[in-house]
Amino acid sequence: MLNASLKELSAALAQRKISSVELTRLFLGRVEKLNASLNAFITVDAEKSLAQARAADERIAKGGAQPLAGIPVAHKDIFVAKGWLTTCGSKILSNFTGPYDAHVIERFSDAGAVILGKTNMDEFAMGSSTETSFYGPARNPWGQAYVPGGSSGGSAAAVAARLAPAATGTDTGGSIRQPAALSGLSGLKPTYGLVSRYGMIAFASSLDQGGPLAKSAEDLALLLNVMAGFDARDSTSVERAREDYVRDLEKPLAGLRIGVPKEHFGEGLAADVGKAVEAALREFEKLGATRVPIGLPNSGHSVPAYYVIAPAEASSNLSRFDGVRYGHRAKEHRDLADMYRRTRAEGFGAEVRRRILIGTYVLSHGYYDAYYVKAQKIRRLIADDFAAAFKQCDVIVGPTAPTVAFKIGVKAADPVQMYLNDIYTIPVNLAGLPGMSIPCGFGKDDLPVGLHIVGNYFSEAKMLNVAHQYQKATDWHKREPTGIQR
Amino acid sequence: MKWEIVIGLETHAQLSTKSKMFSGASTAFGAAPNTQTSAVDIALPGVLPVANRGAVERAIRFGLAVGGEKVINRRSVFARKNYFYPDLPKGYQISQYELPIVKGGEIRILTKSGEKTVRLTRAHLEEDAGKSLHEAFRDSSGIDLNRAGVPLLEIVSEPDMRSAEEAVAYAKALYFLIVEDIEICDGNMQEGSFRCDANVSVRRPGATLGTRAEIKNLNSFRFLERAIEFEAKRQIDILEEAGKIVQETRLYDSDRDETRSLRTKEEAHDYRYFPDPDLPPLVVTEDWIRKVKDAMPEPLRERYKKIVLYGVAAQKADLHIASRNSSTFALSTFAGAPEEQVSILSNWILGPLSAKLNEENLDIIDSKVTPGQLRELSQRVTDGTVSATAATTVVLPALWEREGSVNEIIEKRGLKQISDAGAIEKIVDEVLAKNAKQVEDYRAGKEKAFNSLVGQVMKATQGKANPAQVNEILRRKLAG
Repeated sequence: MLNASLKELSAALAQRKISSVELTRLFLGRVEKLNASLNAFITVDAEKSLAQARAADERIAKGGAQPLAGIPVAHKDIFVAKGWLTTCGSKILSNFTGPYDAHVIERFSDAGAVILGKTNMDEFAMGSSTETSFYGPARNPWGQAYVPGGSSGGSAAAVAARLAPAATGTDTGGSIRQPAALSGLSGLKPTYGLVSRYGMIAFASSLDQGGPLAKSAEDLALLLNVMAGFDARDSTSVERAREDYVRDLEKPLAGLRIGVPKEHFGEGLAADVGKAVEAALREFEKLGATRVPIGLPNSGHSVPAYYVIAPAEASSNLSRFDGVRYGHRAKEHRDLADMYRRTRAEGFGAEVRRRILIGTYVLSHGYYDAYYVKAQKIRRLIADDFAAAFKQCDVIVGPTAPTVAFKIGVKAADPVQMYLNDIYTIPVNLAGLPGMSIPCGFGKDDLPVGLHIVGNYFSEAKMLNVAHQYQKATDWHKREPTGIQR
Repeated sequence: MKWEIVIGLETHAQLSTKSKMFSGASTAFGAAPNTQTSAVDIALPGVLPVANRGAVERAIRFGLAVGGEKVINRRSVFARKNYFYPDLPKGYQISQYELPIVKGGEIRILTKSGEKTVRLTRAHLEEDAGKSLHEAFRDSSGIDLNRAGVPLLEIVSEPDMRSAEEAVAYAKALYFLIVEDIEICDGNMQEGSFRCDANVSVRRPGATLGTRAEIKNLNSFRFLERAIEFEAKRQIDILEEAGKIVQETRLYDSDRDETRSLRTKEEAHDYRYFPDPDLPPLVVTEDWIRKVKDAMPEPLRERYKKIVLYGVAAQKADLHIASRNSSTFALSTFAGAPEEQVSILSNWILGPLSAKLNEENLDIIDSKVTPGQLRELSQRVTDGTVSATAATTVVLPALWEREGSVNEIIEKRGLKQISDAGAIEKIVDEVLAKNAKQVEDYRAGKEKAFNSLVGQVMKATQGKANPAQVNEILRRKLAG
């Protein structure tokens, strides 16, 4: 059961081979046993989960339940869930219980899925290792001295260690794809606007997008079927006809044009990662695809542009955490300004404070044009690069991250080294395109390598098709971390 | 040498929508603190704004009224104005900055010195903040977020006004436009639905603009006038002493009738405006503009023209369009009335009816006398059933007291004129017989004697004889 796909779990539930309560208990048991070492979850609440499971069993008994009915799913602690502690990995929300359900949570509940718990994450999704979490770092099941990636590192660790069949994450600069890569999972960041941001605590509104983390592309398709959809409460949500992301999975790849950007294979790419990605490209050729060399000439500017835009938006988005209405408030203060200062100094960790300062600076009078306006221009150039590339190819493929997982603590003191982890994923967010990562081999210290697949706007079905066909021909995604207890 | 005062106004008008600018919460005034707040208004984590279509349409109406389609930006952008204050839940206010929904336009004003056009710089949509309550608490402050998110249209004028009188005329014209003419604001100034910030500077005529002070939150026309007068004098006094004006924000204290400094330019916030990434650019299509135009209420100047066409004098027609409701009342009164009755109907509305409404503090929409009753009464005057005097002094007040229909009141009060020629002739004969002296005087050419005889006849009929008939019969008998 622990390795079963969502399709298999769904069938087992439908055929009453297992009940949702039993399945939920199984995974809750895994969490109880292993979370102390992995720190993948911030909150579990067995009573709440089992109540949902019982309701799911009743629905299944009546027949005609949806594919995810009764299946436990772990949610990144960035999604507000009614009655659940919702911390966003921060001290400032360490006492905040969600008073409503995020759109994504609603969609899973409507589908009959069970909330298994809330997963660990970098504070306010700012980080690539889960080390900035107020609740301490999550650990990589492939080697507990290593980071699982971030910011959705808790979700990645949970699924990789089989503490959950699937999980949700969010991706602002790579926060689904990079942890998927470092933890040997499949992860998808949809086109900006496909998944509602309502109830997803904002980091950088123009870049944030929710998406699934799972063991296979096929699972991702089933999860995206639930998560995607227009929501009038999010003005950036795109109104378009619903799609079935499973429909194209079995299409053959003959004739597929794969764009390979030379900029993603240059300096900074570790040899072990490059080797695994090259092997994957050859595998695609065997499946009938052709390689098209492409250029993304402005991608070198993407990290600097991102580290202007994302902190700018974050500095404003995080202003609401002021201790006035909810969340942490400093106990002692002299006056209003002092209350703000102390509350925010106590409530936010170092990385969040750094980004608020950067963001405040770049938006300040006299600097706005030089930083914010210029970064927006670069953003447009990067989107244009992709638009030109997609005239020549159907998908773009490369490495998700420049290296395999690194050890906890190694990069924590050097923000720029940490930021460069997202060098291949960030341009995709800046352009608003969909991107995914799937396992494509192992590198140094037997740690997983992720393959980055980028598609054109709203081409998720095509990307999932490409990933699924690759996963039918390979078994990297079926490998399990060794050294994790059964 | 004389000083010239230069004034520009920024007006915050609350748009009369049922729900807030970016949430579904109610905008109704006066509810218990924090009862009209949604998750969006209190800025819970994860919530997002959605622009209110009704508020946008009201802004489009405004643009159409002050400058037509050309002043409406087809694409405008919501921006965040960032600052910390407890009554600002998100830590930023959503407003419009570089690209407002309305750019340009003008307002015409009338002052003692004649007509003048005040140019508008822009008008933009934004949300209001909440309210801090300092009085009710000891050692702490309360926050009421009912107002947070209420939709506002900020209307910015060019510095085109040259006196407090002109500034007040502008504010009143603007008020009239948005409250009565295009109906986008309820105009309740006590509740803060219409408030002005005045930018005031002084200079020698012909010189470049002087340094200005901004006086915040003037919520009555009187305060606006007083504040500008005080501020201009303050600046002139400084300059005449060879001092310098500091650019600053000032508050008007109505109790002491003075302005005082709130903060100087150096202390001003850096609001770090940037486009709100939660809201896509606001796109206004031609089709949308056309729909808004079609749904606009009839302009009051059109109604003015109609009222004049009925035969009402220009000055009186102006009074009939003092509010939309009064223009509606006037038009429905005049509709179908014979031309010769319009004048008396107009007089009744502007005279006794207006007095009654004022007395009982009622809007004309709640008038106890209906347009139909007025028309019926004027008909009774024309056909001679009742005298104009009796209609005005007796029937109208009785109608107001709802004593019955026009005919019932005339009947009950015995006001029916005697128009029976035979009956009047009989009374005239009696009067002539009793007043031989006056008859003699009249025949000797004393016209005054005639009036006295008419008076005698009217007295004998208790004022109910038709005066025209009395005149006619008297002349005939005296001549014979």
